Amino acid sequence: MGELFTYLFSAGFLKSIVRMSTPIIFSAMAALLASKADIFCVAFEGMMLFAALGGVLGSALTGSLLVGMLVGIVSSLIIAAIFSYFVLVVKTKPMLVGLALNILGTGGTVYILYMFTGQKATSISLASLQFPQLEIPLIKDIPFVGEIISGQNILTYLAFISVVIVYIMLYKTPLGLKIRTVGENPNAAESLGVDVVKTKVIAMMIGGLFAAFGGMFMSMGYTSFFTKNMVNGRGFTGIAAQNLGLGKPLLTLLCALLFGLADAFGIAMQSYRIPSQIASMSPYVTTLVGLIVIGKLNERRIRKHALQLGAREAEEENGRAGAEGKA
Amino acid sequence: MGVGIALLLALLLISSVSDRPLEALWKFIASPLSSTRLLGRIVEKAIPLLFTGVAVSIMFSCGQTNLAVEGAFYLSGIACAAVATLPGMTYGIHPLLSILAGGLCGMVICLIPAVMNIRFNTMTVVSSLMINFICLYIGTYLLHYVMKDPSAGFDASYKYLDTARLPKMFGVTDIHYGLLIAIAVVVIGYIALYKSSWGLGIRMTGQNPECCNFSGISVNAAILSSCAAGGFITGVGGAVEQLGMYKRYSYTGLPGYGWDGIMIAVLAQNNPKLVPFAVLFLAYLRVGADVVNQTMEVPVEIINIVQAIIIMFVAADRFLQGWKHRTIVKASGVSEAASKAAQ
Repeated sequence: MGELFTYLFSAGFLKSIVRMSTPIIFSAMAALLASKADIFCVAFEGMMLFAALGGVLGSALTGSLLVGMLVGIVSSLIIAAIFSYFVLVVKTKPMLVGLALNILGTGGTVYILYMFTGQKATSISLASLQFPQLEIPLIKDIPFVGEIISGQNILTYLAFISVVIVYIMLYKTPLGLKIRTVGENPNAAESLGVDVVKTKVIAMMIGGLFAAFGGMFMSMGYTSFFTKNMVNGRGFTGIAAQNLGLGKPLLTLLCALLFGLADAFGIAMQSYRIPSQIASMSPYVTTLVGLIVIGKLNERRIRKHALQLGAREAEEENGRAGAEGKA
Repeated sequence: MGVGIALLLALLLISSVSDRPLEALWKFIASPLSSTRLLGRIVEKAIPLLFTGVAVSIMFSCGQTNLAVEGAFYLSGIACAAVATLPGMTYGIHPLLSILAGGLCGMVICLIPAVMNIRFNTMTVVSSLMINFICLYIGTYLLHYVMKDPSAGFDASYKYLDTARLPKMFGVTDIHYGLLIAIAVVVIGYIALYKSSWGLGIRMTGQNPECCNFSGISVNAAILSSCAAGGFITGVGGAVEQLGMYKRYSYTGLPGYGWDGIMIAVLAQNNPKLVPFAVLFLAYLRVGADVVNQTMEVPVEIINIVQAIIIMFVAADRFLQGWKHRTIVKASGVSEAASKAAQ
């Protein structure tokens, strides 16, 4: 127990938090884009699974990391496109389409894996490639911080950069403005000549791109092979992080880091003889608690808002009464 | 139409993976009907699906996308196993108590997302999914550390006592008396949801919660009671499956019946009356897939793909019909207004 405690305050643990946050940051950014465009999407889990498998197969078959990455991205985008078609064009219930695509993700990836390798559990037999780890020249020599920041997977850096990209795109570019308008008031957007469906599809596709990197991190960064169901709810954790972060990129990043901490804590507990089942539970329990906190916060915000509204109305009432009195 | 497209795709997938596509296809379609043993297996597989199908229908009717059915089915089996391994009970009471334990366990689990939704306005999909994972790990923990039978050689509970198990109905097949309970659940589910004021409140809550507030139906009560009912049914299903089909509890992963329940509810349009048809269809596909899996090495996961496609296309179909309906209503409204203006 004491050992576990000292480990929790070491650079190694902080490094592991950053690493475990990577897929959650990606899926949270995907969820953020979807929610900004007012699309209720729960299919990120499926997208991540397909990307994880696509990347592994692509890189193993061609021997090129770039091709693997492209295959991974395309597989995720295909799922995003199917989702967009059914939800935005045919106008099916997004919840059902999302769930169906997640079922497709679990079954479909195993099926495809079996077709290529003859195995259902893992792709260990394939010589797939991994994204490299990056040693940052100067930073790596800083004692404590360098240990945490340097030597992470290249996708981890990309995850943090993606937060900046999302922020700039949403708030500083015309496309971002379009996406936000379409999400907040589609009628107004349409009257201004914005193609609502097209904008939503674009938002969904960019989301699919982020989900793809999240999935590929699992199979080509964190581990070097694909395992059945390896995303394990991280797509949903991303949605929760987005929710808890109130749809703001930086706050969402913090929440994703919090869930990453829970994940890293679970892994740390396992290596210190705490029953693995209890340890594995920690990210999910954290997410549940997170959801409750979101609810509490929202409730308070709404009440505050209502109070302010009430106060303003009362003021106006008073003002009017005063004016009448004068008259 | 959706079902047709999905089937066609399934056939394509099967023939793509097999060396002898025609033989595989034929086996997939015809073999489930070829022997009493396999026919019996369709019914065996249908029993748990009847429970989860009705459970999901009730909760979806109320607009609650509560996915905790999966975890509830899993953990209620453990609750049932805990009672079913207790000695000193007689034949009639033992299964009853075991099933009740399962039902209560399922009810509690499915109530958690509902309470969270009402109290904290959380998203039921995400919370219930997280609960599934938590159920899985609680279950595997209990199985490994608390209930494990050391002589089993793997993570499994002690054998269920003979007083607790549900007897077989017919000699040749493994169909057990749980079938009668399942049928009863379907009938009661239908009557409760479509022929009672309770069911009306639930269906209204699902379609238009604001309307309920105006007409004096308590939305919260409807959400809570529908999830409690759904959870209880799931739990009973989990228990019945254990007592009827297994000698000891040995699930170490989520069995997937909750996801099946979603597909069944979508196919049956959330109506328990139609659930048996959807269930038999799925069970038939399952048995067919099992046969090709064993004899032709076509992976069973093919069924998941078929399920996903069916859900999407059937849901899309339904919407198109609704859209047609709305355009007609709109058009008639326009013409009415026009005729009024003319007068």
